Amino acid sequence: MALPEILNGMKVVITNVFKRKETISYPEVRRQPYPRFKGRHILDRHPDGLEKCIGCELCAGACPADAIYVVGAENTPENRFSPGERYAQIYQINYLRCIFCGLCVEACPTEALLMTTEFELSGDSRDELIYTKEQLIVDAPIIRHWPAKTEYSPDRSEKVKIKDGGMVRDARYPENFLPDTRTGKGSE
Amino acid sequence: MSRSADAIAEAFEAAGHGAYVESFDRDERMIINMGPVHPATHGVLRLVLELDAETVVSCRPVIGYLHTGMEKECEDQNWRSAITIVTRMDYLAPFFNEHGYSIAVEELLGIEVPKRGQYIRVLISELNRISSHLVWFGTQGLDMGAISAMFYGFREREVILDFYEMVTGLRMNNNYVIPGGVWEDLPDGWRPVVENILGLLPGRIQEYEDLLSENPVFLERTKGIGTITADECGTLSTTGPIARAAGIDWDLRRDMPYGAYPDFEFDVPTATEGDVYARYTVRMEEMRQSVRILGQVVDGMPDGDYKNMDPKLTPPSRSELNRSMEAVIHHFKLVTQGYTVPAGEAYAAVESPRGELGVYAVSDGGTAPYRVHVRDPSFVNLQALPVMVRDGLVADLIASIASVDPVLGGVDR
Ligand code: SF4
Ligand code: SF4
Repeated sequence: MALPEILNGMKVVITNVFKRKETISYPEVRRQPYPRFKGRHILDRHPDGLEKCIGCELCAGACPADAIYVVGAENTPENRFSPGERYAQIYQINYLRCIFCGLCVEACPTEALLMTTEFELSGDSRDELIYTKEQLIVDAPIIRHWPAKTEYSPDRSEKVKIKDGGMVRDARYPENFLPDTRTGKGSE
Repeated sequence: MSRSADAIAEAFEAAGHGAYVESFDRDERMIINMGPVHPATHGVLRLVLELDAETVVSCRPVIGYLHTGMEKECEDQNWRSAITIVTRMDYLAPFFNEHGYSIAVEELLGIEVPKRGQYIRVLISELNRISSHLVWFGTQGLDMGAISAMFYGFREREVILDFYEMVTGLRMNNNYVIPGGVWEDLPDGWRPVVENILGLLPGRIQEYEDLLSENPVFLERTKGIGTITADECGTLSTTGPIARAAGIDWDLRRDMPYGAYPDFEFDVPTATEGDVYARYTVRMEEMRQSVRILGQVVDGMPDGDYKNMDPKLTPPSRSELNRSMEAVIHHFKLVTQGYTVPAGEAYAAVESPRGELGVYAVSDGGTAPYRVHVRDPSFVNLQALPVMVRDGLVADLIASIASVDPVLGGVDR
């Protein structure tokens, strides 16, 4: 009774048992997201060390989730943070609210606000998840909760061993990150 | 402890639940609440079942447990950022929500989408149809006791989600299709990734068929179960695979074409039985047809703009921002207010994996939607569930729910 059909189904299951394992043992082994991945933000600096953010609050205005809080202040000759007149005195992103849509990055006129591929954003309290300017600024390292030993490339074709313990991650983004929204050219 | 049936019935009515019960024969019938937290209801769906022993006499879906007021929320956003809200409605098919909404807004604005933008939309939509059907396949199998179906379906879905991540930056709720085109052009190296997916899928779909299509247990539990006729589908406004499996040959991609769909050749699979198995075969064939469309998209991908470059809609480029003060002012205006949309109303419908997904958008001439209403196919198709399960067994109800494939995020919005 219906044995051939059952055997046919069993064949699928048994051949799949011997195929390469598809799962990865996160968090020891991780897969790096693609470069466009919208993860945790960073606030960039100019090459001379001044902050790019001018405290204009455009990112806060564009945010559909009201996750960003900016208070701008005037630069003074003794206390200079950014090249223009103003800088962000308080800058906070609330990761309990953020939906990682990327509209703030599009809104920022000075390319100060960028997104990294970091997605491990957990914390023990609500306060901990409101990131301040000190945490978001580009030279603050991103500390992981758990060391990574091996990392896959985005398409899972290459495997890299991580040597330095895998707890700290450089927040700096590759040069070519910011896509020009109006090139109008096809990619191929 | 034994409370009499009468006491339970009275308590039930006193608690205000009487309205859900169609007829209440206190001696024979039993009222069972299935859900709202039940693994087989595919979300927070509550079903009030009236049972006569094992037979379902009536079934009342109770919805609203996931209501988050997304339609209303859209009114607080501007036309562009409302995309981040609509994409969250039917979360297994985010691109279709965005696509329907974008077409409605484009109609109001009276703008065109460049050819490349339209092709990218088709590319991403058809991949989304496959990834959504894979979730259905996994859960349908799982509910019938075939747990490997779940593993295999999610394994292939993962490959497609990786492609979304590569293109849109997110795996779900992508915020990618926007009024006027798409957010960003396809990244370098997209072609081999899609070709890899297209090479992989036909073999894998054949594997699924080997696994289930002729399996006697699966046949026993799906053939002749949860039937619905074409007439009933028409009366209940059921669309999508459920209607096609009952013999209604209707697919918006072919019959009311939008975007670039007229450029592609594909068949619309139908069946006549209207049972769970017919829906299974229709969805399986739909995945194959999507692969066929995708092959044509990859071959025919045109060059050019990926979105409408009208400066009224699109902020100035980064290089312009650094050069000209006007550009900065214009950018500031677009970001803080958004663009205005002429007063009027528009309805646009797309063929989502679950049926007709319609978006009705009303503008009062301002920068924010006056009203956005979404006709979500899961919501409408859920009406067909009581018809399907009437006089069937409780165990068959599970098969029917899985074959309706409701997404509660879309039902409750
Ligand atoms: S990514 Fe979106 S939600 Fe998050 S802070 Fe930026 S604009 Fe707000
Ligand atoms: S991050 Fe950019 S948009 Fe936000 S306040 Fe700073 S300069 Fe303005």
